Amino acid sequence: MGLFKSVVSKLRKGLDRTRETFVAGLRSMLVGRKLDEALIEELESRLIQSDVGVRTTTALITQIRADYKSGQLARGEDVLEFLKAELKSRWPEADRTLHFADAGPTVILVTGVNGAGKTTSIAKLCSQLRNEGRTVLLGACDTFRAGAVRQLEIWAERLGVEVVKGQQGGDPAAVAFDACSAAVSRGVDVLILDTAGRLHTQDPLMRQLTKIRSVATKKIEGAPHETLLVLDATAGQNALRQAEEFGKAAGVTGIFLAKLDGTAKGGIVVAIREATNIPVKFIGVGETPDDIEPFDPERFVEAMFAE
Amino acid sequence: MFDRLSDGFNNVFRKLSGQGSISEKNITDAMAEVRTALLEADVHYDVVKAFCDEVVADVLGREVTKSLKPGQEMIGIVHRRLVALLGGDPDADPQEALKTLGTDRGIMKVSPPPTVVMMCGLQGSGKTTTCGKLAAMLKKQGRKTMVCAADLQRPAAIEQLHTVVEHVNKQFTQGPTVLFHGEPDKAAEYGKAVNVAVKVCQRALDEARQQGVDVLILDTAGRLHVNDELMTELHLVNRAMMPHHIFLVVDAMTGQDAVNSAKAFHERLTVDGVILTKFDSDTRGGAALSVKQVTGAPIRYIGVGEKLDQIEPFHPERMAGRILGMGDVVSLVEKAQQEVSEEDAAKLSEKMARGEMTMDDFLSQLRTLRRMGSMKQLLGLLPGVGSMLKDADVDEGQLKRIEAMIQSMTAEERAHPKIIHAPRRRRIAEGSGSEQPAVGQLIKQFDAINKMAKSMAGAGGAGRIAAARQMASAGGMPGMGLPMMKTKGSTKQAKRGVKQRKKRKH
Repeated sequence: MGLFKSVVSKLRKGLDRTRETFVAGLRSMLVGRKLDEALIEELESRLIQSDVGVRTTTALITQIRADYKSGQLARGEDVLEFLKAELKSRWPEADRTLHFADAGPTVILVTGVNGAGKTTSIAKLCSQLRNEGRTVLLGACDTFRAGAVRQLEIWAERLGVEVVKGQQGGDPAAVAFDACSAAVSRGVDVLILDTAGRLHTQDPLMRQLTKIRSVATKKIEGAPHETLLVLDATAGQNALRQAEEFGKAAGVTGIFLAKLDGTAKGGIVVAIREATNIPVKFIGVGETPDDIEPFDPERFVEAMFAE
Repeated sequence: MFDRLSDGFNNVFRKLSGQGSISEKNITDAMAEVRTALLEADVHYDVVKAFCDEVVADVLGREVTKSLKPGQEMIGIVHRRLVALLGGDPDADPQEALKTLGTDRGIMKVSPPPTVVMMCGLQGSGKTTTCGKLAAMLKKQGRKTMVCAADLQRPAAIEQLHTVVEHVNKQFTQGPTVLFHGEPDKAAEYGKAVNVAVKVCQRALDEARQQGVDVLILDTAGRLHVNDELMTELHLVNRAMMPHHIFLVVDAMTGQDAVNSAKAFHERLTVDGVILTKFDSDTRGGAALSVKQVTGAPIRYIGVGEKLDQIEPFHPERMAGRILGMGDVVSLVEKAQQEVSEEDAAKLSEKMARGEMTMDDFLSQLRTLRRMGSMKQLLGLLPGVGSMLKDADVDEGQLKRIEAMIQSMTAEERAHPKIIHAPRRRRIAEGSGSEQPAVGQLIKQFDAINKMAKSMAGAGGAGRIAAARQMASAGGMPGMGLPMMKTKGSTKQAKRGVKQRKKRKH
């Protein structure tokens, strides 16, 4: 219980900003008020502004309006409880744990658009895996962006893990190949492959991702065992397109939602849920390698609505 | 970008155009759709609300319902409002736009130099890349630029900027070498190098003065607008350096929060311009439509690709046109002007008039075209073509294949393509990895263009028509007439797009 409490408080701290503007706002808006048409409109505006998405907002508001007319919802507090229950019920049971290989190294491929926060998220993932007692190797497949390899190396030095790298401007698939070989021969538990940021609209780059993926599959059976898409939590509805396109090109198995501490918009989590079946597996809530949390919808909603 | 938004608007206009008379209810229904389209494009809620209210007020005020062409009037009203929203002057004469070709309010010149430009923004918005793009732009303008790495937080940020500067110097030889100021030994983990940045910037300024630099660009660390300590650091840099320009770099894919962060930066620093990055994504552009309205700071540049020259000045009037599917011919002409000097153009047209264009001339034209951007980008600037291209898969490789064929020709063959007979054709096809008929087609089309150019130059109206016929029978412009475009969906979509344009012209 103590552990649970500390996790919740940390999560709450990371989500402070989200709570402050989104939910604290909701609270002060709703608590102690009688439900009426004006309040419903205010609520609609607030939900849209939290990036929940037009569709979900419309659905929620329609429901609230109907319940208001039938007299089921009368006070602001009722609406708060309704939202909490409704949001929680939107996540079905899903597998939110990392998949590991039965034998040999587990390969985790990390993808995302430019500036989403891939490298920092990898540092976080790496730190967590190390804390669980696993050995980790990093593959620097971002051979495109200037300084990307160096950035990963600095993290690796700080975390005490090794990096397999290639030449700046070289073929990322070749680095993936080398990294897979190294992972096998060194007998590490987990290999994390960092890739260059790419916009999901750039077909050739998306095909390159497919290639990196198949190189890993050829080298290690079942690899990549996990393909994570790093999404910037401050991204708007475009995040949904990213999930779709990366899903197609790289077979994304989980989402790492980065920079959640910087946004008033926890709502994008809901929008993602509505639009795709890809589970959010981790959330990033700060700048240090320890600022990583597994995503648990129940707890997420609780933390968001906590006083 | 803006695809979905354009669709939303087009739907509304189409509906309204189809009706002989429209009621107030028609308008409100239509605006409900516009509202959804805007919200789905991540335009800020308050901005959407104000925009829709204003349009409705305009429509009712002008009694559009009584107009004979309600759809047309609606487009006009929405266009004006969009231009205003994007920070432009809706009353500017569209013809004036042609006179502003190639102009950019640019980076101001100060005396004594250097002009100090400070970049700021959230993590991952694209500050470092944008610094490189600005430096490349200034270099081309012949201004001596120094870039200072004031991001001491993110691992390897200094190295990244250094490499970017090296790339700029390597890729763009014209203009003075871009200088770099970085102090890697001052870098530290997140939050530990706060306030060191001020000193680094000051030393950069000293160095810039000594070296006679015209523009000094400061690349600050990415920070969350909610991080007080780092926002204070930025404030200190601002106070110590008194920058002439403060540019806020914003990711065009940002959601509703875009305005919150922009506001926070603006309150602390009084930002005087916004640079929107990643505009080549399929962002629906909500940030572009919200930021100006909320902060009052104009959008100055947009980043449209990963290459270092892919930055463009932002023009509200042109962007509004693009959103409404009206194309942006002015930008197209401007792109062409950048790549082709008048002298070259005159020389070539003379040559063409004599029917003496060679394969080499043709090749250099193709290359110019490719430098101007991808075919899809260019075609998207033509009125009405943008919406047709939505699902089309433009074969960017086609121009490359033509280039390969020409490169597989000997100098003699290039100068006199007539000598290319079957054995030569076979050799060229093999050399370029293409099929013989493709080579044949290329030569035939080349010939047609040459003939056409000659008769166009020589004859009046009748000759021109004949020339155009000749060209049409030969399959149009090389490359263009070849199957460049595959439509993913049905071809109906493209046809509909054409019809739509026609209808609107009435």
